[in-house]
Amino acid sequence: MSEPATMSVDTSKALPGATPARGPRWYTGRDAVMIYILIVFLLYAMITIPRFASPVTTGFLILDVIPTLLIAMPMTLIIITGEIDLSVASIAGLSSATLGMMWAGGSNIWLSMAVALVVGLLAGIFNGVLIAFVGLPSLAVTIGTLALFRGLALVVIGDNAVANFPKEITALASSKLGATGIPIMLIPVLVVVVIFGLILHQTAFGRGLYAMGYSKDAAHFVGINVGLSKFWLYLASGVVAAAAGIFWTLRYTSARSDNASGLELTVIAAVLLGGVSIFGGKGSIPGVLAGVLLIGSLNYALRLGRVSDVVLVSLTGLLLIASVIAPSISASITRWRHERRLRRQLSAPAEPSVTG
Amino acid sequence: MQVSTAPDSTPVLSLTGALKTFGPVVALADGTIELRAGEILALCGENGAGKSTLVKILAGVHSPDAGQFTVEGNQCSFKSVADSKAMGISVIYQEPTLFPDLSVAENIFIGRQPKNRLGLIDHALMRRNAAALFVRLGVPMDPARSAEGLSIADQQLIEIAKAISLDAKVLVMDEPTAALSGSEVRRLFGVARSLRDAGAAILFISHRFDEVFELCDRITVMRDGRYIGTHLTATVSVEDIVRDMVGRDIDALYPRTETVIGEVVLSVDKLSRKGVFSNISFEVRAGEIVALAGLVGAGRTEVARAIFGIDKSTSGHVTVHNTALPVGNPRAAIAAGIGFVPEDRRKQGLVMDLSVARNTALTLRHKFSRFGLINSRAEKQTAATWSRKLQVKTSSMDQPVSTLSGGNQQKVVLAKWLATEPQVLIIDEPTRGIDVGTKAEVHRLINELAGHGMAILMISSELPEVLGMADTVLVMHEGLITARLDRDSASPEAVMHAATGSKEKNS
Amino acid sequence: MSAPAIGTLNNSPKQGGKSASAWLKLRELPVTVALVVLVVVTAVINPLFLSPQGMKDLLLNATIMMLLAAGQTMVIVTRNIDLSVGSILGLVAFGTGSIFAANPNMPIVLVVLIGMVFGAVLGSLNGLLTVWAKVPSLVITLGTLYVFRGLNNAWAGPKQHFAGDRPQAFGNLSVNTVLGMPIITLVAVIVVIILAIFMIGSRPGRDLYAIGSDPEAAKLFGINVSRRVFTAFLINGALAGLAGVLYASRFNAVGATTGSGLELDVVAAAVVGGVAIFGGSGTVIGATIGAILLNTITSSLTALRVDKFWQQAIVGVLIITAILIDRLASLRHAKNLREKEGRNV
Repeated sequence: MSEPATMSVDTSKALPGATPARGPRWYTGRDAVMIYILIVFLLYAMITIPRFASPVTTGFLILDVIPTLLIAMPMTLIIITGEIDLSVASIAGLSSATLGMMWAGGSNIWLSMAVALVVGLLAGIFNGVLIAFVGLPSLAVTIGTLALFRGLALVVIGDNAVANFPKEITALASSKLGATGIPIMLIPVLVVVVIFGLILHQTAFGRGLYAMGYSKDAAHFVGINVGLSKFWLYLASGVVAAAAGIFWTLRYTSARSDNASGLELTVIAAVLLGGVSIFGGKGSIPGVLAGVLLIGSLNYALRLGRVSDVVLVSLTGLLLIASVIAPSISASITRWRHERRLRRQLSAPAEPSVTG
Repeated sequence: MQVSTAPDSTPVLSLTGALKTFGPVVALADGTIELRAGEILALCGENGAGKSTLVKILAGVHSPDAGQFTVEGNQCSFKSVADSKAMGISVIYQEPTLFPDLSVAENIFIGRQPKNRLGLIDHALMRRNAAALFVRLGVPMDPARSAEGLSIADQQLIEIAKAISLDAKVLVMDEPTAALSGSEVRRLFGVARSLRDAGAAILFISHRFDEVFELCDRITVMRDGRYIGTHLTATVSVEDIVRDMVGRDIDALYPRTETVIGEVVLSVDKLSRKGVFSNISFEVRAGEIVALAGLVGAGRTEVARAIFGIDKSTSGHVTVHNTALPVGNPRAAIAAGIGFVPEDRRKQGLVMDLSVARNTALTLRHKFSRFGLINSRAEKQTAATWSRKLQVKTSSMDQPVSTLSGGNQQKVVLAKWLATEPQVLIIDEPTRGIDVGTKAEVHRLINELAGHGMAILMISSELPEVLGMADTVLVMHEGLITARLDRDSASPEAVMHAATGSKEKNS
Repeated sequence: MSAPAIGTLNNSPKQGGKSASAWLKLRELPVTVALVVLVVVTAVINPLFLSPQGMKDLLLNATIMMLLAAGQTMVIVTRNIDLSVGSILGLVAFGTGSIFAANPNMPIVLVVLIGMVFGAVLGSLNGLLTVWAKVPSLVITLGTLYVFRGLNNAWAGPKQHFAGDRPQAFGNLSVNTVLGMPIITLVAVIVVIILAIFMIGSRPGRDLYAIGSDPEAAKLFGINVSRRVFTAFLINGALAGLAGVLYASRFNAVGATTGSGLELDVVAAAVVGGVAIFGGSGTVIGATIGAILLNTITSSLTALRVDKFWQQAIVGVLIITAILIDRLASLRHAKNLREKEGRNV
């Protein structure tokens, strides 16, 4: 309601002295700030925490963040369109349970993994159809499928835990590239990250996602098929979450129905911390990458520094809150400065106004 | 309320020299208004003259940065809407602000619902009170139904019922008739007059001079955020008011250029959307400007949206150069050469957080893709070319459009569509919300585009714009085309008659 | 008034009680029908289900969720959400355990009061951040979910308080019955009824619906949106606090992870109970019935000897069904309006 007032007059009548705001460059943007914070933190940790700068750290840190990082990719795109997917961790759990049951039932390990991925695909399609084509609110739908998919995981595997996966496969999940400490699994994960980065930032489809997130109307007017775009995103989210579930299973050599439970909130926290706006229309993959790594390395560093896990949870929460209220704080400072300048100008003698 | 005060009594409300800025934008430079008990005062001015901002100051939504404000002689500064209400000021906005999930009765009495002995809301009494108000207004309305899905006219009646129940001393109506039919307007006027006769002061904002002159006692004119003057209705002519509003004679605004009109480019045949509009047929030729005139809510924008494929039509055909467009597919419409500059440029035309380059190239995103990846350099070059042509003032192509001024944002929207090199350009309210100087620039540009052979379909609520620009005027009323006028036969009377009159003949 | 009455309005005033169609439009109807069908079917197959003990278990299990769902309804109606309720409940439950461990003779009423105030303080923090920073409460309360849980972890560590540390009378609240209802359930029912009356029969309660219906209009209307939303979060926090105290009475152990994961169940109960996730409509009673329904499913499955592992999946199906029903109803309503009140063209 109040918007039109601001656009009703051209800035040809701008107040003298009020220079138009300079547009933020890539190096001052919200996501860039996240990258700086990450770098500063990593440097600080390397210097002050004795065992932080070691291949072991790199290895465990990366292995720890891989599930979050994977799921954060489609989640970033989904949140940029103004939607959300709370069911990702349940999909990971369902795929883990499927993998376990197939393997325990005597199937080939590769076939089991493929079926687990297909299950994720179907789960994504289910979300996608309800949200994109039936038009239900994604928050409500994915709260429902969060319960549904986790429930199906229970149905599939019950209380059991399947652990006897083939050694060479589980070893692959945590093996390192020589002495660098970098897990081999990082390579496919980076491929996924690059693919999502390119899709979001460098394709017509990605441009469309920003438009949809800013305003569905604006997207319609440039011929974007909003429903279909959302459908693809939820489908991708299902597949990637299933992949994360498979990784989780192999890394911890355990297929259980409650694998990755609660991970959806960590992922969302990381994505928002990385500068993606919950309102949609804003955010970038590099920022999210920094957000995920920051949460991951912070947790790891604190654990190394013998800070118990318990405080870590609070820290994630505080970071999240700080990251969303920071823009509000800076906006109120800008407003205050503008008002002060205005008052100063008004106290100067004003030209006589036209009367009739 | 007492009937006593004559129109020349002391003002109930007076605002002098109000200033309101939003960031670097001055929305109101000199807001001045004086309302007396027992009168209806008209406030006239073009879009962007600052009327809405002034109304919001009276309503307590905005607080002015400077200026004198008195109500019944007492100095006032409203911190909230509640303050304004407490002083007896009721505002009815152009689009009524009702709560769709609440009942009609509750919408009237929210915040002051009658209570029973237990201190709880007496829902039955509330409904009875609401019913009594509707009886007073002479309209049948079920107080128990939810407000969802009520027509604008009915919503306004609820707002008026609310104002009556508040015993408002001052009633502000911001373009209340914009979406009403003739009979609904007459009903509204009846209510307004009886409120005035009961001693209320009414501020009536309208673009329709016939209404202003029929209803109002005095007329205040604003232009470019400033107070221009106040006249007694009896002693002034429409021409005088228009001159005050525009600041010059109308003819100077519309340079009529003779263009060569070519073959049919866009052809719309018996297009209908159930419950919205029906049987819409017309053609737009190369170099021709066709205006869709009519009242807000007549279905003009809806027709344009259906042509472009944003809404699905239920029957009929749209063809561009004899190629039929599929139903409900904007991408096909763009590919066929249609461009659409929507009315709400900020919400529908731009993605505020994206850069100038990306906004401009959003319509061409598929064209710039090679192996699926967008060629950023080609994107920027095209954007730069069109920004230069339209003189968009921006420090760089990477600047987010949110940092541009309103006028420059409008140009980016236009650039975005011109970059597709369309054969048909649909422009919805081309000059809404821009100042007089930029208006002339936009008009010149549209003429120029037509001169280059583009077929233009323009939706406009501003009569001078319609009459000054169009080669053919189509007038819509209640979802039907009620008149087709060529340049010579299009007179203000003919257009207004077709836009409002057809229903009266039927009833 | 001499306003001419012209019959352009085609809706005529209706008098008298609710017609059949009005009852059908009630948002609580689907959930109530589902609950009744579930209980009847289960009772027919397994008569033990409705035995006094069966009923008592059913109610006891639903008590905590009823309180949380009722509070959550208040927040959701304003177009907000509070995901931190599970963490608030956990903190208060552990706090209750700690109080009794340190001072077993503390009056129970006082402990309840302390728990509610503690919850209210945590809830008002959510409200403050949401209102002041103008950030969606989904994000804020996701953050405080972690912060409160972390505080709980830091406070409790590996320590757990067991029922043995608490006075017998406190534990008896969940054992003794009045009118066949466990005392903690009775407390919850009374609180829910008070809240329902507040939402239907008080001005601030109606303001909450107005805010959720159209926040911008509410501002234009002069409703103090910030204060009302803040209050909703505060009361929701107090109810979560109460639920936390009752939790400590009902369950044996309270520790660092008490109540984790409850938040989504609570939102699910509200949605199943007909509360619109984007505000404006839905009732406390509906959400409470939703909470009872979700808990009853677990008991029914056991009574029907269905694999207990199906329970959560069924909850998921229910939530989605509830949203679908809502959507279909509103689509039909919109279509009716367009064809009935739209132009006859």
